[in-house]
Amino acid sequence: MHWLTTILIVLPVAGALLVAISPLTTYWLGSVAALVSLIEVGVWITCASKLDFGSSALQLDQRASWFSDLQVSWHVGQYRFSLWFVGMTVICMAACTIYGWWVGRARGRAYFALMLLLTGAIVGVFTAQDLLLFYAFFEAMLIPLYILIGVWGGAERLRATITFVVYTVVGSLLMLAAIIVFGLQQGTFDMTRMGTSSSTWLFLGFVVAFAIKSPLFPLHGWLPITYRESPAEVSAVLSGIVGKAGLYGLLRIAIPFFPEPVHDWRIVLLILGSISLVYGSLLAFRAPDFRGVVMYSSLAQAGLIVLGLFANNSLGFDGAVLQIVNHCFVSTALFLLAGMVERRTGTRGEFALVGGMARGRPALATLIMAVGIISLAVPLSTTFAGEFLILAGVFQQGWIWAVIGAGAIVLAAMYMLRAISAVLHQDVGPMVDDRATDLRLGELAIVVPLALCLVGLSAWPNLVSGRAHASTPTELVAR
Amino acid sequence: MIATPHVDWFALAPTLSLLAASGLALMAAVLVPRPVRRGAGAFLACAGFVAAGIFAGFLDARSPHAAAIVRDGMWRDRWGALAQVILAGSGAIAVLVSYRERMRDEHIAEYYALLAAAGAGMVFFVQASNLMTLFLGLEWFSIALYVLTAIDIDLIGSLEAGLKYLVVGAVGSATLLFGSALVYGITGQLAFDRIAAAGHAHDAMLVVGLAMVIVGLMFKSSAAPFHMWTPDAYQGAPTPVTAFMSSATKIAALVATYRVLATAFPHDEHLWRYAIAAIACVSLAWGNIAALVQRNVKRILAYSSVSHAGFMLIAVAAANQLGARALLYYLIPYSAMSLGAFAVVAARERELAAPVTLQNLAGFGWERPFLGVSMWVFMLGMLGFPLTGGFIGKFYVFAAAYDHGFWWLIVAGVIATMISAYYYLGIVRAMYFRDSAELRLAPAGGSPPRDALLTLGVFLSLVVTVGSFFAVQPLIDVARSAGHALPF
Repeated sequence: MHWLTTILIVLPVAGALLVAISPLTTYWLGSVAALVSLIEVGVWITCASKLDFGSSALQLDQRASWFSDLQVSWHVGQYRFSLWFVGMTVICMAACTIYGWWVGRARGRAYFALMLLLTGAIVGVFTAQDLLLFYAFFEAMLIPLYILIGVWGGAERLRATITFVVYTVVGSLLMLAAIIVFGLQQGTFDMTRMGTSSSTWLFLGFVVAFAIKSPLFPLHGWLPITYRESPAEVSAVLSGIVGKAGLYGLLRIAIPFFPEPVHDWRIVLLILGSISLVYGSLLAFRAPDFRGVVMYSSLAQAGLIVLGLFANNSLGFDGAVLQIVNHCFVSTALFLLAGMVERRTGTRGEFALVGGMARGRPALATLIMAVGIISLAVPLSTTFAGEFLILAGVFQQGWIWAVIGAGAIVLAAMYMLRAISAVLHQDVGPMVDDRATDLRLGELAIVVPLALCLVGLSAWPNLVSGRAHASTPTELVAR
Repeated sequence: MIATPHVDWFALAPTLSLLAASGLALMAAVLVPRPVRRGAGAFLACAGFVAAGIFAGFLDARSPHAAAIVRDGMWRDRWGALAQVILAGSGAIAVLVSYRERMRDEHIAEYYALLAAAGAGMVFFVQASNLMTLFLGLEWFSIALYVLTAIDIDLIGSLEAGLKYLVVGAVGSATLLFGSALVYGITGQLAFDRIAAAGHAHDAMLVVGLAMVIVGLMFKSSAAPFHMWTPDAYQGAPTPVTAFMSSATKIAALVATYRVLATAFPHDEHLWRYAIAAIACVSLAWGNIAALVQRNVKRILAYSSVSHAGFMLIAVAAANQLGARALLYYLIPYSAMSLGAFAVVAARERELAAPVTLQNLAGFGWERPFLGVSMWVFMLGMLGFPLTGGFIGKFYVFAAAYDHGFWWLIVAGVIATMISAYYYLGIVRAMYFRDSAELRLAPAGGSPPRDALLTLGVFLSLVVTVGSFFAVQPLIDVARSAGHALPF
């Protein structure tokens, strides 16, 4: 019995309620939200210090019956690899919440309450060990996101919310049907007590839901409009964290519980992953705006990570977990930087309108450059380590996958360098005013820690990959 | 000297307390001076509902074994008692919502008398154990509801709605009565258990009678294709009446349907199970698709109630203990969400003095934060999202269907839920994503009216909606023991 994981979930939710009812001004509400999100990071560090990395068992877990006739329980806990999912969530959510505070979002009370609620829901997804509880958190993520996009989004936000919701709801309800059938077949909804299933239909029910969330080609239709119309920090959350919930679902549920369908459908998923990777990279290369590049690169990265997951060996899994963490930080940092560029130029980040921003803005240029370079998997960077592991893992499935993956790294260099040069270098864009400042102290305080996380991981990628190892999916199934 | 049957007054206490409240409210209409008449009527009706709820609670606690009372006219069991508790709760909240409704003052006490009378009919109806009392209860609450629907005679829509409801409702009642006559004709029995014991299971006349009984009951539960009165009646009736109808009528009709089918026609289970499943699918399809194109919020909610009838009928079609449990559990958050949603609509209506549409709901969420958030929660609940009992309700209903092997009903339910996301979230969108400034709405009579009782009603609904998500175990326990009163 351990309260820490429960606290990780309940703390931000309680913070959300506090923000919703406390009679403070928007500024102070924002400070409360920022404080809560930082305390959350502290709680996570406590978790990390208490976790025994030598054990592949579920740790820091707490279990209480929710309703007994169908064997559903409040069961939360963390495996070694889930710790990293939770860690990247709390750190990046803190950055995004504080960014919202710094920007001074209108209707702050609702905004900060929803951001905290979202934090709690995502942490819940990564720690829930009961299928129904997992589903509840998975759906609960959608509630704040819907409002965050719909209220604080751009001009096309209504269409964006509808597209986003239609895709996600379709996926998650297919998953609900699969969960009900799977749980009743097993006689329990507790993931630590469930056995495997050989049903292809159930497998596909889960995989479609997770593929929509990740997103994976051809289910990425919601991606362009949603990422472009959301506020920058919400795009960061969507791409950096919420998308990872889909990949986590593949890792925690789809792969361990359905060994036979995984074996049968492995090739299909590897193909879809490869298509996402190449197609996403090409789209990113053609994207006319900064956010476009980042969002299509996240499609490509999701494809790469799927390659690692369905390599179905420990190299692939370790690489996938490391790459998920890497991409979370990269994507969050880049979307926030994109937001900062947009705010300075009054544009949507179109390359035709911005450019030459490096001149006189060294901090902005350095950060975009640093994060961008790390994201394109330059050797010695943590993303290089992640991609290397994934490629080494997937090579065992067939050399062709490794070739595709390696080719995509070249594409990544192309689109990322193009984006960097279009924003920072070349001629000064028509919308770039000389008075547009460099990054302010507050913005640096948000992005620099994310960049430092990446630099730290580059120095020591084994921190994640070495400590995710051996929680391989087959060990997650009760025998 | 006429031999009177032994009467179990305690088992009748919920009905009697509501009847008493109704009678007292009628007297208040004459005896109480006009300025306090509204308050007196509301208080009496509310007290009646609360008393009925308390009595039903005791009845639930003290009726572990089902027993026929009053010459086999009624059942004293937990199935009925739990339904009565939910009904009484709905009625009490409906009274809170009604209090500030702009209605003609001279008839205000009669309004509460009718509300209590309708409630009395419903709590009687769910205990009925033979075809006579079933019909009696049905007509009893229906007639009260016809009048309530049309009570706002200044509103042309209200009169029209009342007339439509009356005509279509009469068809439903007549069908039920005809079916009952056929069943009686073939079995010679009125009591449900004796109809089952008479054993004419595969007689064509019995099957026709059964079909007509089902149709009659489906009219009341507004399941498609017997729902045609629903949108018009819900739209035209004063909104508090709609709130009461949408929750209480559905509770009564579905609970009674389950009882009738399970106790009187167990031998034809293979027939009615598929009939109910078919009706459920039609309701899900029709309700959800028709709701997509509506602009009037009351009509959207009316079609949503058709689709919810579909969801609950899935539990009926499952015809097992899990289904009985699922139905009773589902009714608890459903009635709360439904009451709450119509209460919020009533609040907006009073602000604008105009029918509430998706258009003029704009900005409501920001102007009235509590009501906005509540409406948001109710919509998520109806959609079956977590943090509301609607999620667990749907989960149980699907589990019951799976338990019986009706996996295709799960598919139908899931597809229906996907469709419903559009209009439920559309209401949220209307409240939050658009600004009221661009509409230039002029609130009727300056600042929004303060209405503590309506807010209290919404708050109670919110507590039940969210609370039923967390307190699943206790609710399921009572639903389980209630379900054991039915023979499966």
